[in-house]
Amino acid sequence: MKLFEYKAKEILKKHGIPVPEGFVVSRPDEIRSISGPVMVKAQVLIGGRGKAGGIKPAETVEQARKVASGIIGMNIRGYIAKEVLVERRLDVAKELYLGITIDRSRRSLVIMASQDGGMDIESVPENRILIEPIDPLIGYSPYIGRKVAAFVGVKKEQASQVANICQRMCELVMTEDAELAEINPLVITKDGKVAAGDAKVTIDSDALFRHREYDSLAEDLTPLEEKAKKLDIAFVQLEGNIGVIANGAGLTMATLDSINMFGGKAGVFLDLGGTDDPEKVKDAMMLMLEAKPKVVLINIFGGITKCDTVAKGVLKAIEGQERRFPIVARMNGVNEDIARGMLKGAGMIPASGLSEAAELASEESLKVV
Amino acid sequence: MAVLVDKDTKLVVQGITGHEGTYHSKAMIDFGTKVVAGTSPGKGGEKVNDIPVFESVAEAMENEGANTSCIFVPAPFCKDAALEAIDAGIGTIVIITEHLPVLDAIHLVAVARSRGVTVIGPNCPGIASPGKAKVGILPNNIFKQGNIGVVSKSGTLTYEIVNAITEHKLGQSTCVGIGGDRISGMSFIDVLERFQNDRQTKQIVLVGEIGGTAEEEAAEFIKKNVNKPVVAYIAGRTAPPGKRMGHAGAIIARGRGTAESKIKALEAAGVKVAKIPTDVPELLR
Repeated sequence: MKLFEYKAKEILKKHGIPVPEGFVVSRPDEIRSISGPVMVKAQVLIGGRGKAGGIKPAETVEQARKVASGIIGMNIRGYIAKEVLVERRLDVAKELYLGITIDRSRRSLVIMASQDGGMDIESVPENRILIEPIDPLIGYSPYIGRKVAAFVGVKKEQASQVANICQRMCELVMTEDAELAEINPLVITKDGKVAAGDAKVTIDSDALFRHREYDSLAEDLTPLEEKAKKLDIAFVQLEGNIGVIANGAGLTMATLDSINMFGGKAGVFLDLGGTDDPEKVKDAMMLMLEAKPKVVLINIFGGITKCDTVAKGVLKAIEGQERRFPIVARMNGVNEDIARGMLKGAGMIPASGLSEAAELASEESLKVV
Repeated sequence: MAVLVDKDTKLVVQGITGHEGTYHSKAMIDFGTKVVAGTSPGKGGEKVNDIPVFESVAEAMENEGANTSCIFVPAPFCKDAALEAIDAGIGTIVIITEHLPVLDAIHLVAVARSRGVTVIGPNCPGIASPGKAKVGILPNNIFKQGNIGVVSKSGTLTYEIVNAITEHKLGQSTCVGIGGDRISGMSFIDVLERFQNDRQTKQIVLVGEIGGTAEEEAAEFIKKNVNKPVVAYIAGRTAPPGKRMGHAGAIIARGRGTAESKIKALEAAGVKVAKIPTDVPELLR
């Protein structure tokens, strides 16, 4: 779960990491006073805000209101800025990068640091990035922070501040269950202070059960994706017109790939996961119908999710609805015979294997275009 | 000989009194696994499918000689269950539980490795060696004893491919589902190494998916250390960047983890890569 910059900075502050003073508003007239020069920053969960005109300076309240009214409502690469963060402008002397993330290959958290802050870390040459794993059995210890500070090559007075921020970032990641915490740029100001210019924090959504304080935070999802989240269904909207329902992430992706092989294009990725509840399947199917696909392809390899459970749910969802699109159904595994009979009776197109199903769905989708 | 589980496997099912634990302990017995015990705190002394239930893994080991564990407990309690098994001295732990917090996974995997304990998963379907034993939730009826080793990040997609292999009158030596989370106990490499050293395994099928670099690392390993033929399928060729495709790990982030990169690396290592899963059997010789 990605957090907006202002929320990320609140968390940084809670963990003792210096951030510029600021406040967030959704209407320009909410800006009542500012203490000196500020930056007005669009709150969107996508990079490249500055280039898109989503970050602007202001010297006075009037100016701040004016730029805020220009930014609020702005569409930045598909994301609408609903709020702006108005914060004290830092007097930048130097910009560093500091991030903590998960390294899958090392199976640990890693600290990443660079003297080249302020730009996408992906574009920084490898020899200018320190990657420092945190051994899970050792945990964080101050020697790690000293190593980071030495690598980024700051003066002695700032080195202890950088090391300290490093430690607090690790504490943040571990206590908040963050899977990513990033300060870019980590600013060294002209008066020698170190503070977070920008911040990204992503909370591990699998750990939300022990962080109920994040429940109320909104995510940047399409309305249908929002509904799916509530139903605990993996649902992703794509560009094409075939709605794919399958069970299991790998199988759903493979179904998408197979459709593509036959010239079709998936418009919805819907992974039922493991469920033995026809009601959940029904809800999933209703969601699919809301996405208005031209063809629906159901691909079930039954195990925990039994084929007849899926058939029952699907039939419940389409019952009484005037259906204008074909449904191709492939069911294999537990109770497949019962399911096939049910679906055939409802006028669906049966398929015996994955590639046949993909081919049929693609053909149908090309017919309607 | 089999990889990871065999006739000597004596299994304890952690979380046996839950719906999944109960259902799958029976299915594992039907497959031929020696399920000797279950655990469920507060329910010691009960029986599930005639299997004795104990309060702790240590008791299950002491009374029934359990040497392998299969964990079904819900995510909030999963790390504790795994640490309990590790501390009790279990040698191989299969974690079926999904949605385990990533920091819990990092911690328990690190502890396991430091103790020399093998962890498979989390969020995995488990291991099956047809004719010998199964630890996990893979469907019993898709397998056929044979000489193809299957290693996969996926669940149902693995079943799809195993089923296709069986339908082509080929069989499996062992099938290992390593799980699709970002942190997994066993990696592709760990399993490939075992397949390379396993006399029953003559050919290998690797099923990967977008996200991470495990497939690229596997390709590097295959190039250097595997001389058995390998066939692969990578799911997510058509997945868009930035969208998490169900599995926590299945996301193309910052231009990394694409199917193209994985396929290229595997092909450079001499692996035949199927375009769609149902093509896998035809690429096996």
